[in-house]
Amino acid sequence: MSTQDRPKRRWHIVIFLTPAVLVYTALMIFPLFGTLRLSLFTTVGQEQIFIGLDNFRTLLGDERWSNSFWNALKNNTWFFVIHMIVQNPLGIAIAAMLSSSALRFSSFYRTAIFIPTILSFVIVGFAWKLILSPLWGIAPDMLDAVGLKFLFKPWLGKEEYALTTLALISVWQFIGIPMMLIYASLLSIPDEVLEAGECDGITGMAAFWKIKLPLILPSIGIISILTFVGNFNAFDLIYTTQGALAGPNYATDVLGSFLYRTFFGFQMQLGDPNMGSAIAMMMFLVILLGVCIYLFGIQTRMRRYQF
Amino acid sequence: MNTTKLVSALLATSFLGTAAFAQDVTITVESWRNDDLLIWQNTIIPAFEAGHPGIKVVFAPTAPAQYNSALNAKLAAGTAGDLITCRPFDGSLSLYDAGHLADVGGLENMANFGPVAKSGWSTDDGSATFCVPMASVIHGFIYNKEAFEEVGVDVPNTTDEFFAVLDAFKEDGNYIPLSMGTADQWEAATMGYANIGPNYWKGEEGRMAVIAGDQKLTDPQWVAPYAQLARWGEYMGDGFEAQSYPDSQNLFTLGRAAIYPAGSWELSGFNAQAEFAMGAFNPPVQAAGDECYISDHVDIALGMNSATKNADEVRTFLNWVGTAEFASLYANSLPGFFSLSNHTVEMSDPLAQEIVGWRNDCNSSIRPYHQILSRGTPNLANEYWVSSANAIRGSMTPEEAGAHMQDGLASWYEPQQ
Amino acid sequence: MNKVKHNPLNLAFAHVALITYTIIALFPVIVILINSFKTRKAIFRDPLSLPNSDSFTMVGYETVFKQGDFLQYFQNSMIVTVVSLFFILLFGAMAAFALAEYRFKGNTLMGLYLAIGIMIPIRLGTVAILQIMVAGGLVNTLTALILVYTAQGLPLAIFILAEFMRQVSDDLKDAGRIDGLSEYRIFFVLVLPLVRPAMATVAVFNMIPIWNDLWFPLILAPGEATKTLTLGSQVFIGQFVTDWNAVLSALSMAILPVMILYIIFSKQLIRGITSGAVK
Repeated sequence: MSTQDRPKRRWHIVIFLTPAVLVYTALMIFPLFGTLRLSLFTTVGQEQIFIGLDNFRTLLGDERWSNSFWNALKNNTWFFVIHMIVQNPLGIAIAAMLSSSALRFSSFYRTAIFIPTILSFVIVGFAWKLILSPLWGIAPDMLDAVGLKFLFKPWLGKEEYALTTLALISVWQFIGIPMMLIYASLLSIPDEVLEAGECDGITGMAAFWKIKLPLILPSIGIISILTFVGNFNAFDLIYTTQGALAGPNYATDVLGSFLYRTFFGFQMQLGDPNMGSAIAMMMFLVILLGVCIYLFGIQTRMRRYQF
Repeated sequence: MNTTKLVSALLATSFLGTAAFAQDVTITVESWRNDDLLIWQNTIIPAFEAGHPGIKVVFAPTAPAQYNSALNAKLAAGTAGDLITCRPFDGSLSLYDAGHLADVGGLENMANFGPVAKSGWSTDDGSATFCVPMASVIHGFIYNKEAFEEVGVDVPNTTDEFFAVLDAFKEDGNYIPLSMGTADQWEAATMGYANIGPNYWKGEEGRMAVIAGDQKLTDPQWVAPYAQLARWGEYMGDGFEAQSYPDSQNLFTLGRAAIYPAGSWELSGFNAQAEFAMGAFNPPVQAAGDECYISDHVDIALGMNSATKNADEVRTFLNWVGTAEFASLYANSLPGFFSLSNHTVEMSDPLAQEIVGWRNDCNSSIRPYHQILSRGTPNLANEYWVSSANAIRGSMTPEEAGAHMQDGLASWYEPQQ
Repeated sequence: MNKVKHNPLNLAFAHVALITYTIIALFPVIVILINSFKTRKAIFRDPLSLPNSDSFTMVGYETVFKQGDFLQYFQNSMIVTVVSLFFILLFGAMAAFALAEYRFKGNTLMGLYLAIGIMIPIRLGTVAILQIMVAGGLVNTLTALILVYTAQGLPLAIFILAEFMRQVSDDLKDAGRIDGLSEYRIFFVLVLPLVRPAMATVAVFNMIPIWNDLWFPLILAPGEATKTLTLGSQVFIGQFVTDWNAVLSALSMAILPVMILYIIFSKQLIRGITSGAVK
């Protein structure tokens, strides 16, 4: 990292930062905090009355609210765990295979595996519902063909499977992102480094574990935190496949769907911006905690290699 | 037509066109009814514009899932359309209370609507009405006539007969007896609980009693519908837990199911898609000779954005919505959406006529959880979705479901405490 | 480039694994594509079969073209996506460079401030954003969408780009400084080309949510002239009746342009890495 400090005012820093900070502050921070402020108020008639932290007390203290909140947090954590143990290792493995220079058709594989990532949620939801449907039966028929029909369950409709099924659909959709990032990191490892390793007799799998993996750790850190942030903000997939009530019996409710249902309302349920903002605030704190652990606990300790 | 005539005709129209254009006022309709886009473009708007030169109407629907939230944001920022399609009860009442909907009770043609029709869009004390009622929907069952003939069963009148019919189909094995799933949950409440329930709680009588605090949702008449729903599960298709609403529609219209628990809104879609004769029957009563009740739910209305710059034109349009002309146009373009006005509306669709005919034999009632009772947290309507689906899936017993609902309601609704 | 010897067995294994995953990745997409050419009945009777003379239909595509000006929607989506990406990359890279390169008071705090945006869904600020656009007279313009998407994309872009910029060699920059290059030249001429792979990655990440977004077009630019493709396709999703033929057709067509954009960016990524400038 550059360390030359110059005593005089360094205007270029200001100029580099200004456009981003301006657009970002005006159209993101300002509106968002205008909304989050509502979490300290309650609506009486058409008036906003300041009530301090009462909404948070309700959210965490009132059994009806806290049950929903903890249920959503628990589901969200599971959703994230699935991504961490399936999506990221799989993404790294695919990237590692793709980065091998002897592999042909690499760009074909890369494009094909990335395609699900560019699809809209409407398509993803429709396609998987059609495939997993017990009625129109692509999945049941395919299982039947290999004599495993008994394994088929209406996964999306069962409380015990629905969330995991959705998490796996989401993994299918977003695996392209860790793949791309890791692929880019692996390609930017200089040949000299690998050749040096080769001279010491480190090749193949050993080269991956001993040389490449340590070098791509910063990228793995980034995809982990991106996965974390993405998962704790997720709601579109749940809304399109399971509806706003995140059925069956709230088994697929995550913080995002809980937040949107409360904030914007749903059917007969009117939107409640005050409680909605309180949930958003909690969500923000959860994510902030994760990001801070990453920024201060991991990122600063990570060894970076400059090439 | 010869060329000179054509040219002069063209000139005339273009002249008139520009003249009219100069003073045309365009009013925009906000709606969640994406489904009706063509009906408005091809039927309703031309009919209105023909009689009201100078006013142009644009129908701008939003996909239903986003309607409420998008509309609220646009109203708050002042970019919403002139006319607002109104959901019944609190959804619109809150807009009126916030000053977004204007009082339209004074329109001349409001006289064509009775108190029940207006109840969905009036303040609790009935002093103000803020939307012009457009249509109600009726619940019941639509069935595959050919399947009934094939298996040799008749339309059931009592619940015992109903289950006998279902058993006959189950035994026959060629048709899935009941085309419904619980994946989307709302059908369980709307076409399940609210459909069959009024026969148990005696329609309006029971509904008003709960509002007044005289009946509890744990009372037998409110638990019994769950018990019937719990028996439905075994007649639904394999894997009904993951069967979505469009799945159920397709299953029935492709001729693979015998009975479809329905709302009358299905008619236009089913007419277009099903290749077999269909019939309909109202929810079977408990014992032969019992009085029958149906869910005849006020569903859709049209109101005026109080921030509109074209208040006069909007009033003109809303007044037209109260005419016999609109009632007939709407009811006939959208069979299954029944006019709420006092006009006599001739409907050409036989099935729609049959369904609306139930009003003569049975007592009408609206869904129990719409008026007043869905004001608090937890939201009673949403809870009904979940608990009805749970009852069908067997993950809650009828008693548990009733107790769960009563707990939720009593937690905020004073008359029930 | 890489002269490490490869075990042919490993290579065969890699091919088998990749082909298997490619099939998993593409299968649902192919299901969508083939079904967009089939009648409604055929979709639900036998979703896996290819369209044949009985079941083949273009009715979905015909409906789509009849219902709205899809070329216009298409153009709007393209403009919004490409222009937003340009600003995200430019502003994002500048800010990321400032954070990664210079030590100044409040650097970490600024980094955290700029990261807040990825922690709260921007939709919560909808009403305030809409009010800003109303005040600026930008409702029903593509500019409104571009501004919001730029703001929305910046935090992630800065987060990723800053990480990559920390990996750019100091020697190179210092050499530039000794040669008397201004900080701006160092950024634009030396650093920017080196982080091209990361820029391409950021572009790919951001283009997807922008292209597929439904919410802001609905709120900020629902007018016929400014509708995006995703919003235009929504017209076929009804309350009770969904025209699956039309939805599938509209969405199938929407896949193509993003795919082309993706291929362009991923070429850029590879070229950036293999150009040798890095090493």
